[in-house]
Amino acid sequence: MKVTVKLFATFRAGRFNIEVRDYPAGTTVADVVKDLELPGEKLGILMINHRHVDLDRVLSEGETLAIFPLVGGG
Amino acid sequence: MTALQTFLSENAADELISWQHQQQAATQFGVSLAEVEEAILTLQLLPARYQRNQQMLSTTQQLQLFRSKVAVIGAGGLGGYILEQLARLGVGQIVSIDDDIFEENNLNRQLLSSPANLGRVKVEVAAERIREINPAVSLTPVQAWFDKQSGGELLAGADCVVDAVDNVTARLELAEVCCQLKMPLVHGAIAGWYGHVATVLPGDDSMQTIYRHWQGGKGVEQQLGNPSFTPAVAASLQVGEVCKVLLGQGRLLRNRQLVFNLLDMEVDEIPL
Repeated sequence: MKVTVKLFATFRAGRFNIEVRDYPAGTTVADVVKDLELPGEKLGILMINHRHVDLDRVLSEGETLAIFPLVGGG
Repeated sequence: MTALQTFLSENAADELISWQHQQQAATQFGVSLAEVEEAILTLQLLPARYQRNQQMLSTTQQLQLFRSKVAVIGAGGLGGYILEQLARLGVGQIVSIDDDIFEENNLNRQLLSSPANLGRVKVEVAAERIREINPAVSLTPVQAWFDKQSGGELLAGADCVVDAVDNVTARLELAEVCCQLKMPLVHGAIAGWYGHVATVLPGDDSMQTIYRHWQGGKGVEQQLGNPSFTPAVAASLQVGEVCKVLLGQGRLLRNRQLVFNLLDMEVDEIPL
């Protein structure tokens, strides 16, 4: 299935800003995070089609997953 | 009309009172500069320092800001700019809470830091700075660590609270305390080229949503640090929100998070 992945801030470095990617049915947000080698402890906002989701959310064909890093400095 | 009011009315030029006359009134009538400021604004006159606020803010709104109390947690990167802007805006009572001292690695971005201030208590330097730039408003320095236990007492009486801390634990505790005390909270966080801002009203779970996947550590600021300009951007956005909260004006950044990326110069709005 085709899923659009949008990465933000530091997660773009060495990866991409936005890409349509092919994943098998049943792929979760956690699987995408692992596939892209994103650091789990630095995950900020995770959204599918503008709705906040958890790592165990299963993706569907045509959805857009947005991943932001954790920002907490002051 | 009291003698002070008469003096002010007689010395108003185009409804403005000069700093010189404000000082003279304080000396002559044995009152504080803050009391003179309140008397000026109550007469629908304006201390001349605020003349460039006019049109955007009415004299009544300027008085409303002067009668407001804002607590700022953190006097570092975000906090330094926030305190400066609140004082120049004319917020009458500012509480600055931080337990830290200035270190050399603060000098690249923290407005209140300077080589001469290394080793000094941040909130004491903040109080000095505010006395220097706007002696008619007061900054109460509180050298303390903010947590759930001490929080209620530290924030007492605030009309708005500003989150300028540097870690997620404190942010979540601050949000919890503000919710209990039914106080509006303006949140801001930064890392390198990146940052975000959100306004949280009592009952909103915005902070819990923003940090929903937090596992206990630092954000990407741990690797990136922070430059001079990113804190200034986030702090200015925060003070704009504080001004709107205090005046009940405009559309607040509520139930949404403004995320900025200065490297690619992008701004996104995330629904919360």
